[in-house]
Amino acid sequence: MADKVGIEVSVAIGDAVKLARADVVAAYPITPQTHIVEHLAELVASGELDAAYIPVESEHSAMSACLGAAATGARVFTATAGQGLELMHEVVYVASSMQLPMVMTVANRALSAPLSVWGDHSDVMSVRDVGWIQIFTENGQEVVDNVLCAFRIAEDRRVLLPVMVHLDGFHLSHMIEPILFPEQAEVDRFLPPNQYPFPLDTAKPVTMGAFAPPVIYSETKKAQEVNIRASQEVIIECWREFGDAFGRYYSPVEGYHSEDARVLLLTMGSFSETAMTAIDRMRDDGKSVGLVRLRLWRPFPFEEIRRAVKEAEVLIVVDRALSFGGPGGPVCSEVRSALYGEAKRPKVVSFVGGLGGRDISLDGFEAIVSRGMEIAETGSEREFEMFGVRE
Amino acid sequence: MTKPENMMTWKDLEIGSIVTEPGNASQYQTGAWRSQRPIHDFTKCIKCGLCYLFCPEGCIGQNAEGYFEADLFYCKGCGICARECWTRAIKMVEEEE
Repeated sequence: MADKVGIEVSVAIGDAVKLARADVVAAYPITPQTHIVEHLAELVASGELDAAYIPVESEHSAMSACLGAAATGARVFTATAGQGLELMHEVVYVASSMQLPMVMTVANRALSAPLSVWGDHSDVMSVRDVGWIQIFTENGQEVVDNVLCAFRIAEDRRVLLPVMVHLDGFHLSHMIEPILFPEQAEVDRFLPPNQYPFPLDTAKPVTMGAFAPPVIYSETKKAQEVNIRASQEVIIECWREFGDAFGRYYSPVEGYHSEDARVLLLTMGSFSETAMTAIDRMRDDGKSVGLVRLRLWRPFPFEEIRRAVKEAEVLIVVDRALSFGGPGGPVCSEVRSALYGEAKRPKVVSFVGGLGGRDISLDGFEAIVSRGMEIAETGSEREFEMFGVRE
Repeated sequence: MTKPENMMTWKDLEIGSIVTEPGNASQYQTGAWRSQRPIHDFTKCIKCGLCYLFCPEGCIGQNAEGYFEADLFYCKGCGICARECWTRAIKMVEEEE
């Protein structure tokens, strides 16, 4: 194991993709993802990464090129953010429905209008139901580790699905952080070559992405649903083996002082780190608070969420996206539905904040906890509140 | 041969619903779309094969006597053959008639 390197997280992602020995990168630059694909273009141009770099004219073409490349059995990587993910949208569904393994990092960004290049989870929620495995990260090390894991999960014969690794735009993508890179030989041991079972081959012709009349479409969707749910077991196995090899372990749901806490916060993404510091401060003040961090967004870890929160009295979910005219925070909505059938469950309070790059500070998280407890006490937790909006 | 589509369960599908059996589109009964059906009058047919050339579905072939005839399993009833036939040997009739 080498020493820690101080490096911009976007550049570190490029290096991780190089360590994974990607064969094809097709991408279109968009803020705040640009540095990831710029660095990969440099690595390919300099010959450090032996891959085909396809500079396409749009994100729609980027994902289309990735589909074709994955169908040949190549190891495929792309990255996008915000509006780019929106333009890619149609083809994103095709990748998962055709079970073409690939890895995409998404530097999470708010959606227009008004134009915002800054981070939140609006873009994530637009691809919530596309059938990709989706993993959230909190710091640069987690991104690098999970990019490596994502290739292995995607290409596992029991899974064969594309995987998104989410990192908050700017808050993560543009930070310079100390990161441990595994040695090439260690990565090669952990990540075997891609063995996609039906690579395009004129000697063994197949039809991919054929049309399905009503008589068979429902069966294809049932197969897809069963497959992504079953992938959770493989994801957990991969994280365990990654931990055994590299000493850093990941889980679908991770706690922080959550075991004995009366009040729990639930967050997803990089602001979980701020929330952890806020929890420390509140614990020092004698408050019984803890944090639950959601790492695996799809497949949604229903059982793990139920286990993680069942002893708490109040659960305060902080979302970084809005479902306009809907239930408020999309994460909270999923958590509520996971808990609905439980006899013993906490009161669930929903906040939406940190939109379009706005920070939630330590004081902010303390204020959210205080306000959340107040809402739970008055029994008005059916509504959601937007945090930090000037009235 | 794999099962016909209406017999397949979700467990029978290949990964990503890939089709591994070439040419299985022949199982698809496009004839079910038809609202009009071509009637061939072999007393007028001169076996020129123009209907065969124009048929966009490729469903017209020669029968044992050499006359051209549509395979109603695939014929979508577009009527192009009737329109193009020099000798008016093909007439389109409503399916319910």
